[in-house]
Amino acid sequence: MGFARQGAAGRAVQAVVMAAGIVLGMAPASAQADEIRVLNWQGYGTDEAWAVEAFTDKTGIGVVHEYFNSEQEMLTKLRTNPGAYDVVLINSAYTRQAAGEGLIQPIDADGMAHVADLAEDLGNHPNLVFDGATYGVAWVWGLTAFAIDTQDFAEAPASIEVLWSPEHAGRVGWRDDSVEAVQMSAIATGQDINDPTDWDAIRDRLRALKPQIRLLWSSENEWNQFLAANEFDLATYWSGSAARSAREFGLPVRFVIPEEGAIGWLDGLSIPAGAANVDGAKAFIDWMIDPAFYVPWDNNVGAPASANAKANAQLPEEAFNRAVMGDAGKLANVQIMGPMDEPLRERILALWQETKAYFQE
Amino acid sequence: MAAQSAGGGGRPTVRTLATLLGPAYVWLLLTIFLPLSAMLYFSFLSDVPVGAREAELTLENYAAFFERDFYRSLMLRSFQLGAVVTGLCLLIGFPCAYILAKSIKGRAREALFLLVILPFWTNALVRVFSWTMVLRGNGVLERAVNAVFPEVGPLGLMFTYPAIVVGLVHSYLPYMILTCYVSLQAIDDDVIDAARALGAGWGTILRRLVLPLAAPGMIAGAVLIFVPVIGSFMEPRILGGTQGTFIGTVIEDQFTAVFNWPLGAALSFLMLGFVLALFALAAPAFRRLDG
Repeated sequence: MGFARQGAAGRAVQAVVMAAGIVLGMAPASAQADEIRVLNWQGYGTDEAWAVEAFTDKTGIGVVHEYFNSEQEMLTKLRTNPGAYDVVLINSAYTRQAAGEGLIQPIDADGMAHVADLAEDLGNHPNLVFDGATYGVAWVWGLTAFAIDTQDFAEAPASIEVLWSPEHAGRVGWRDDSVEAVQMSAIATGQDINDPTDWDAIRDRLRALKPQIRLLWSSENEWNQFLAANEFDLATYWSGSAARSAREFGLPVRFVIPEEGAIGWLDGLSIPAGAANVDGAKAFIDWMIDPAFYVPWDNNVGAPASANAKANAQLPEEAFNRAVMGDAGKLANVQIMGPMDEPLRERILALWQETKAYFQE
Repeated sequence: MAAQSAGGGGRPTVRTLATLLGPAYVWLLLTIFLPLSAMLYFSFLSDVPVGAREAELTLENYAAFFERDFYRSLMLRSFQLGAVVTGLCLLIGFPCAYILAKSIKGRAREALFLLVILPFWTNALVRVFSWTMVLRGNGVLERAVNAVFPEVGPLGLMFTYPAIVVGLVHSYLPYMILTCYVSLQAIDDDVIDAARALGAGWGTILRRLVLPLAAPGMIAGAVLIFVPVIGSFMEPRILGGTQGTFIGTVIEDQFTAVFNWPLGAALSFLMLGFVLALFALAAPAFRRLDG
C-alpha cells in the first residue's frame, strides 16, 4: 500500500512532519540577501575566521555557519530544512544521492574564475558531474588510511597489516564509522572499496580487530586528545587532519599511505535546491578554490590537498600536499569513494554493528 | 449535566473539570502523544516519508530485530547495564539518603542537598567529558594514583565497561537519593525509637521497618534510573570505546549514521515493550514491597 493512499492517518502524520519541518526551518530561512549560510564540518576551511573576513570585505556578503557531524546528518538537514542553506559541503560519494533526492541544484560555472584551474580528473569527476550538469565543485581531496605516533615506531610501517599486527594489540584507534571500517578491510583484502564481493573476508578482518582496538574515535579533536594522552600507537586517520595535527598541535604524527592502497575521498561544494542566495554561494565557492585562500589555509593551518592544480603548485616544495599528495592522486592503488545505494549502506552498518557486538563477547 | 449548579459544594461539573484539566491534557497530547504516535507509525513504514520518498506499511523493521542475533544480545546487554547501574545507585544512594534524612539536621543538610543536586545543574555532556579527563590514560586519576604508588603504572580505566558504569552512576545517583530521601523522611522517628525501646537490633529495624517503609521511594528511584539507562547512548559512546555498543547506540546510529528512522523507531518501541513486560512481571513483587 502506497503512502499516498493511506488515508487520514497518513496525511495527519505527513502534516505533523511537514509542520515540524516548517517550524525547524523557520529561523534559518530568514536569511538576508547579503548573507550566505554554509553547512559544513566544524573547523573545515570554510569557517576560518580570516577567510570569512576577507570574503566579506571583498563582496559585502556575511557568512553564517551551521555544522554537521556525519554525512547522514548533513543529508537529513538538507531534507528537513529546504531553502535554509546556500552552500553545503558534500563528500562526492553522496553527491549523486543528494541530486537524486532533489536536495541540490546544478551549478552554472559562469563567473567563477577559478573553476577552469581545477585538475581535470577531479573537476570533472563522475561523482560530481553527471547527467550533463555539475552538481558539485571539486574542492579538496584526501586519503583515509592511518597515522602513527612517531614515538612508538622506529620507522614508518609500509603495510596496512600493521593495524592487525599483534605487536600493537590493544594500541589501535579506529574510527567508529561503518563505511570507513568496511572499506579499510576491503583494502586489506585487496577488494574494490565501492563494490566489495567477498563479504566473509571483510567480516573476518573486522572481527580480527577485536584484540587490536583500544578506542573508537569519531572526531579529529578526539583523535588529537587520545594521541596526546598516549591511548594508541596508531589509528585510522585522514591525510588532511594528520597534517593539521602535526602543524597546529605539534603532535608526533605521521600519515602512512600503505602499499595496499588507501581510500580516496573528494569533497565538493554544492548549492542546495531553493538556496536564497545563489550568486553569493557561487562567489563563496569560487573563493574557496582560489589559491589566495587555499595556500595560506594549508601553510598556516593545514588542509587536505586542493583540487585546484594551480593552488597546489603554489605550495612550498616540502609541503605535505605538494610532496606526498601531489602525486598520490596518480597512484593506481588509491580508490576514490563512489556513490553507494541505501541497501548497501544499511548492510554495511549492520555488519559494523554486528562486529561491535562481537567485540563485547 | 453542565447546567447543574457550578458553585456550592456539589460535584465539579464537566465544564469546570475541562477548564481545570484541559490545558494539562492538551499539553500532554501535543508534547508526548503526537510525537510518540508519529514514531510508532514510522516504525511500521519501509522508508521515511520525506520529500519524494515513497513508503509502504511493513512489519520488516520488527522482523529485523528477531532475524539478527546481535540486536538481541545488545538488548540483553543494555538490560544488564540498567540492572548494574540501578543496583549501584541503590547501594550508594540509600545510605546517603538515610544519613541525610535521619542523622543530619539544619544547615549542614541544606549544604549536602546542594551537593547532591549540583550535578543536575551541569550539562550531561560536560559531566561525561569531565569523566574522560579523570579516567583516561595520563588523566587526573592515573597521575594521582601514580604519584602515591609509582609501581601501579597505567590504570587502563578509560574505554572499559566500568568506565561506562561510573559515568552512568554519577549521572543518575541524585534520582535515587532524592526519591529515597522523601520516603525515609516520612518515617516517624518515634517509630524507630519505639522499635529500639522494644529491643529490636539495628538489622531488625532496617529489615522489618525502614526498608519496607522506604520501598516506594526505592522503587520510584529504580524505575527513574533503569529506564533511561537502558536507552543511554551518549555515556557508552564516549566512555566505552569498543565496549560502548548498546541498544541505545544502535538506535542512535539508525537516526544519525543511516537515514533509517523506521528501524530506529521499531527498536525503540521493542525496548519499550520489553521494559513494560519486565515491569508487569515485577509488579507483584513491587506490590508486596509497597504493601
